[in-house]
Amino acid sequence: MSSIVGLFLGIGIFFNLLGCIGLLRMPDVYNRLQAATKCVTLGTWSILFAHFLHFGFTASGIKALIGIPLLFLTSTVAAHSLARGSYIFGIKLWKKSVKDDYKGKVKVKK
Amino acid sequence: MRYIVFFLICMVVWVAFTFNLSLQYISIGAVFSLITTIFFGKNFVPGWKKFLNPVRYFWAIIYIPIFLWECIKANFDVAYRVIHPRLLINPGIVKVKTKIKTDIGKVILANSITMTPGTLTIDLIGDTLYIHWIYISSKNPAIYSEKIAGRFEKYIKRIFD
Repeated sequence: MSSIVGLFLGIGIFFNLLGCIGLLRMPDVYNRLQAATKCVTLGTWSILFAHFLHFGFTASGIKALIGIPLLFLTSTVAAHSLARGSYIFGIKLWKKSVKDDYKGKVKVKK
Repeated sequence: MRYIVFFLICMVVWVAFTFNLSLQYISIGAVFSLITTIFFGKNFVPGWKKFLNPVRYFWAIIYIPIFLWECIKANFDVAYRVIHPRLLINPGIVKVKTKIKTDIGKVILANSITMTPGTLTIDLIGDTLYIHWIYISSKNPAIYSEKIAGRFEKYIKRIFD
């Protein structure tokens, strides 16, 4: 049992590390958000699930299990609002971006 | 009626969080559920009565493993792009039309899109989703709409519409 817990913890830490590397390497705020939301959310899910496996159906284990859907709702909404907020405040896409259908749909502050 | 359902959901979440059935905890939970219901009960999902239908939960249970599998694939995809020495990215914002009518369905679709391969929902205006895509592989709207939203749309339509 403890080896499965260790496996999930390892997967979680690995993905969180990749998310941090992505945060440093990506060229603009939108690509950084991509790395931050996906890798870090799955990594944290994995750590929470390992916590649940270790403690089982106790007060602490159930809290970790409820954290998974809450994180699904909150981290995605946070990424969406950060991206939309940066667009409205006039942060440009990366210069090699190929397409921008969102242009002109919202008022961009100068 | 909807206030009662909202109150019961708050209570269930509270009991699951504290995991303690003593009178102290239950009464504190009742007080806070009541306050939450007074302030936010009017925003509860409109047309909630159709969620009493068990077929919707059956589709939800089918949807969860499909979503998790896509999510894991997404993570390996983004991880590969992150650690590749030449940063294999070709980003841009595309728009995708959705056929889902209800607000809650649109929210779940937007969240699911954010969690899957290199796509991030930026805005939702009417029935159009604006999506930042890390690697635009096709210029044809029909192909990329299917690729981004089509996989989830048919399940979410059955769960929430």
